[in-house]
Amino acid sequence: MTAPVTAASIALDGAVATASPVEAEAFVPSRGFWGHVGHRLVRDPVAMAAGAVILFIVAVAILSPWITPMDPYKGSMLRRLRPVGDATYWLGSDELGRDMLSRLMVGARLSLFMGVTPVLIAFAIGSAIGILAGYVGGWTNTILMRTIDVFFAFPSVLLAIALSGALGAGIFNAIVSLTCVFVPQIARVAESVTTGIRRRDYIDAAKLSGASALTIMRVQVLGNVVGPIFVYATSLISVSMILASGLSFLGLGVRPPEPEWGLMLNTLRTAIYVNPMVAALPGLAIFVVSISFNLFSDGLRTAMEIRQ
Amino acid sequence: MLLYILKRLIYVTPVAFGVSVVCFLLVHLAPGDPLSAVLPADATQATIDEMRSAYGFDKPLPVQYAIWLWHVLQGDLGTSIATGRPVLGEVSRAVVNSLILASVATLIGFTFGTLFGFVAGYRRNSVLDRTASALSVFGVSVPHYWLGMVLVIIFSATLGWLPPTGAGPDGSGNWRPDFEHLRYIILPAVTMSVIPTGIIARTVRALVADILAQDFVEALRAKGLDEWGVFKHVVRNAAPTALAIMGLQLGYLLGGSILIETVFAWPGTGFLLNAAIFQRDLPLLQGSILVLAMFFVLLNLIVDVMQTALDPRIERA
Repeated sequence: MTAPVTAASIALDGAVATASPVEAEAFVPSRGFWGHVGHRLVRDPVAMAAGAVILFIVAVAILSPWITPMDPYKGSMLRRLRPVGDATYWLGSDELGRDMLSRLMVGARLSLFMGVTPVLIAFAIGSAIGILAGYVGGWTNTILMRTIDVFFAFPSVLLAIALSGALGAGIFNAIVSLTCVFVPQIARVAESVTTGIRRRDYIDAAKLSGASALTIMRVQVLGNVVGPIFVYATSLISVSMILASGLSFLGLGVRPPEPEWGLMLNTLRTAIYVNPMVAALPGLAIFVVSISFNLFSDGLRTAMEIRQ
Repeated sequence: MLLYILKRLIYVTPVAFGVSVVCFLLVHLAPGDPLSAVLPADATQATIDEMRSAYGFDKPLPVQYAIWLWHVLQGDLGTSIATGRPVLGEVSRAVVNSLILASVATLIGFTFGTLFGFVAGYRRNSVLDRTASALSVFGVSVPHYWLGMVLVIIFSATLGWLPPTGAGPDGSGNWRPDFEHLRYIILPAVTMSVIPTGIIARTVRALVADILAQDFVEALRAKGLDEWGVFKHVVRNAAPTALAIMGLQLGYLLGGSILIETVFAWPGTGFLLNAAIFQRDLPLLQGSILVLAMFFVLLNLIVDVMQTALDPRIERA
């Protein structure tokens, strides 16, 4: 009676659940779509390495209040701009004599938060707009998508800076501006994927079964479009990280003395002649996270066999 | 063709209208009264009311928009609060500098991007292809403001070969095409070119690989055409899309130059925007963004029309 059918494969693939235990003995359970994606992803060394780097930095960010070697806020006028490899300050000290390693670790919190949050919010709002426009079609589609077109008339960096420049500096305003940048991009992808599937037979079958439009959108449409939209959204995280830190770099995001990589890069700009290695460190951190997200997203796209 | 251009123009008009609405509303997004930057802190209520009606802020929003649009259409973008000069003049001077920088960067990006893309597309999965792919991932992942700093550290602070900031030796705000000024544009242009290089390389690689897999290439080879002849056909087929991407990149660079211009103190629109934001010079902010966004809309239109002219198979709605 010990059929090789795991709970996960039943949840992922309804067909297995209906198979009788006797047949299941000889039946190799299907992994289901997500199972296949996971299987392919695990065998992609680049994507796995990128994922490991992301997990490591997220873990450091979460644990940073307890594991930093020194107080990230406490400076020392005597020990400013120590070089990388210093006995006390392993990664040197900044222009106010604060430990760079500790500040980079704590800085990961705000940098990741400000980079990921806008994409998450935009993923929810943009998908909703795109699915609605794509499924309902007609005038709703025209009005929604032409409005979206207006935002495409702004290069993303310009739109982010225009909005946060008008709203004023601050973490909340920076997140709002970046969300506004990504909603149209995600909505456009969501709309095109939804339009692609709305004439499929299973949608008609659901309609004939008497399901309401809302139920169809939630179950049949969402289930089939969420993958491609999600992959697209993950590819935006890299852009979002660079833009969020860029806003702080310009003085439009995080305010001092809070550590954030973009802001640290800005305040250390004056130090490039004294201690160039230390001055370049926060940017290196942004670059590592950004390229990891890009590589992981590429791997995910390949694993899901989505053509760009 | 004329009909197509007309169709595109009709399509662009509502977008341009939408852009103007967004730019108009930017000022009203700003916290507090739009007048607070102009008025002294101890202004009496009478003065405030007087200024409010002088600037037209007492009228309903749609009326304010109509009046603003009427002025904009006549080329009047208002007056900068900080300098007291017309916004249009300030923006046009900055746009020229930004356009020079963005064009040089696009040219560098196009040259290297197509080179890498063609090599990678012809020799798929070779070492060269992998290098080109790695370079294009680098191009889209690197925070360009940081790359700018790193280049300044290497070529200015350490080697002392190139000037770190500014557009010219005299400190003036205008770039001229001579040797001295050329030294100033190298670092910012190279920094900026990294993004289009990556994107163009990625696109051209996919294009070339697609074209080479098509039947007509087989047919050309079968009829005895040499590789050079086949190559010319590939170029002819890849050109419209590659040029379109290049045009759009120019627009993105022009609008997205603020970070790089800040790092290199380049006297362009990015620098102007930065000043406008921190001096709370809302008319200047609004005017610069309107000009940049409209330029981007126009560029999109030109790219579309050019693409159709180069490749008549593309007849989009």
